[in-house]
Amino acid sequence: MNVLRQTARPGRALGVIPVRKRLKKSIPYFILIALPLIILLVFKYYPMLGAQIALKDYKVRLGIWDSPWVGLKHFATFFQSTKALTIVLNTLYISVYYLIASFPLPILLAVCLNESRWSKFKKATQMITYMPYFISTVVLVSMILQFTDATNGILNQMLNALGLESVNLMGEISYFRSVYVWTGVWQSTGYASIIYLAALSSVPTELYDAARVDGANKFRRVFSIDLPCIAPTIITLFILNTGSILSVGFEKIYLMQNSINTPVSEVISTYVYKVGLINANFSFSTAVGLMNSIVNLTLLLIVNAISGKISDIRVV
Amino acid sequence: MMIKSEKNRIRQQWDDSLFDVFSTVVLIIAILLVAYPLIYVVSASFSSRYAVTSGSVWLFPVEPSLEAYQAVFAYDCIMIGYRNSAIYTILGTLFSLTLTVLCAFCLSRKDFFGRRVVSFMVLFTMLFNAGLIPNYLLIKNLGWLNTIWSLIIPNGMNAWFVILMRSYFQTAISEELFEASSLDGCSVYRQLYSIVLPLSSPIIAVVSLYSAVGIWNSYFDAFLYISNQALFPLQVVLRNILILNQLDISQTADLRDLASRQGMSTLIKYAIIVVSSAPLLIMYPFVQKYFVKGIMVGSIKG
Repeated sequence: MNVLRQTARPGRALGVIPVRKRLKKSIPYFILIALPLIILLVFKYYPMLGAQIALKDYKVRLGIWDSPWVGLKHFATFFQSTKALTIVLNTLYISVYYLIASFPLPILLAVCLNESRWSKFKKATQMITYMPYFISTVVLVSMILQFTDATNGILNQMLNALGLESVNLMGEISYFRSVYVWTGVWQSTGYASIIYLAALSSVPTELYDAARVDGANKFRRVFSIDLPCIAPTIITLFILNTGSILSVGFEKIYLMQNSINTPVSEVISTYVYKVGLINANFSFSTAVGLMNSIVNLTLLLIVNAISGKISDIRVV
Repeated sequence: MMIKSEKNRIRQQWDDSLFDVFSTVVLIIAILLVAYPLIYVVSASFSSRYAVTSGSVWLFPVEPSLEAYQAVFAYDCIMIGYRNSAIYTILGTLFSLTLTVLCAFCLSRKDFFGRRVVSFMVLFTMLFNAGLIPNYLLIKNLGWLNTIWSLIIPNGMNAWFVILMRSYFQTAISEELFEASSLDGCSVYRQLYSIVLPLSSPIIAVVSLYSAVGIWNSYFDAFLYISNQALFPLQVVLRNILILNQLDISQTADLRDLASRQGMSTLIKYAIIVVSSAPLLIMYPFVQKYFVKGIMVGSIKG
């Protein structure tokens, strides 16, 4: 087989296949990748060129290319506005809160599932905890609204049955972040645990056996074997998460916004939507969005580089 | 010495059982927290409107009735949304799957000249995007506002799917198959069609599943691009009814007093939640295997 390979492609071993020949051999690939590449260029890369309107004063009749350049005017306007700080802080507050709240629980769930020896119970738990992933954001938010409804909601019915006072979770500004974060945790924990469970299943069983012989109990095994073994996974996910620390997804928070909670619920994504599409301030909105994307990318690269230095784990 | 190690062993066993109790308790709490809200929604939707508003539903349906479901199925908007979402989901998934297979196949082949450049281009879309307005202007300038294309074509290329599928091709299909077939004079197209596709049903299932769930559950694109009610996908209809409270229950007759109307509207909302989530939840037990597998494959390459 080895001989065959050598005679079939003698150049490969020496690495001297001329570019023209390689190009010619790749023609079928170029044909196959044409459609995906066109879609990628048109719908992902062309809009990046369109983002130049962040540096222009976009006029509908002039279009993207002919509108006049204004430099960093829109960025300056944003940073000088009184709203900028509030919005950036709101975004940071919610995403850091979410990161802290949502990060440890999937690990705990995965460790418990991994140690569970009663396989039917384990399967049932997995099946149930993954389920919320399939619920759409609209349905999730409407469940929140129904459950916390001041008169008909199950939450207040429960509190009243226990002799406690009703709370209006969606009607008071102070609860907003917690409701947003913990319902997110409810939805994502099961799903997020899968990846840790996958990492745990590849821990060699000899390690456990050796530890047992050495007298380590299960708590000890979790901390000395399980967690170190899945540390690369944990770090990788952490890097990916920090890349989005300055972004709170639009879909859920926009649905949860009401006139009472906007002082804390207005985040960059909802602001970009409102000034952009509702007030038709295209250039300004693009500038804010672009700034957000650039900061996210920078953060991701920084954390990635630090992690690469410390632990040799890089995502990109 | 003997006695001491025996003592340690007993101690270890005791600690182990303590851990088992702890982990079982954690899992039971997790089950209860996740399952209860879901069970409550289903039970409430099958109860009578008085039972729901008076707070007598706790776990099982009280005064079982189907009145909410009758109202939901008589509600045109929801049925239209259902149909639209089904169309968008099927077409969108097929389109995305085609692109993903083509792209992932090329990127998985070492003799593809330009592999690195294209890989980077795909990966980069995960890290950076142009933002809301440039995307909106593109769709608008293409004249795709209020068309089905705006929901299907732009999201066809998903970097995550490509990476997932590429790493499957690289790990699950042996290189020898390609070498043997190319010695036999098999073309690249034939390799894709006769080697890769027949061996890829698990990953095709995974990507279809993720894509279908994503399209069925998303409302953002339609919210931006679609204003024609006849084209609304289910999630946009749901948003109008469930979040913005645009529920017109005058269609559903005999609602005399305010309390009864309010109860009915609450009840209908629960039923709508069940009806709209049902397709995915019914499908879920059958596809759970693939759902987990997808993440496993993805985690190999990180």
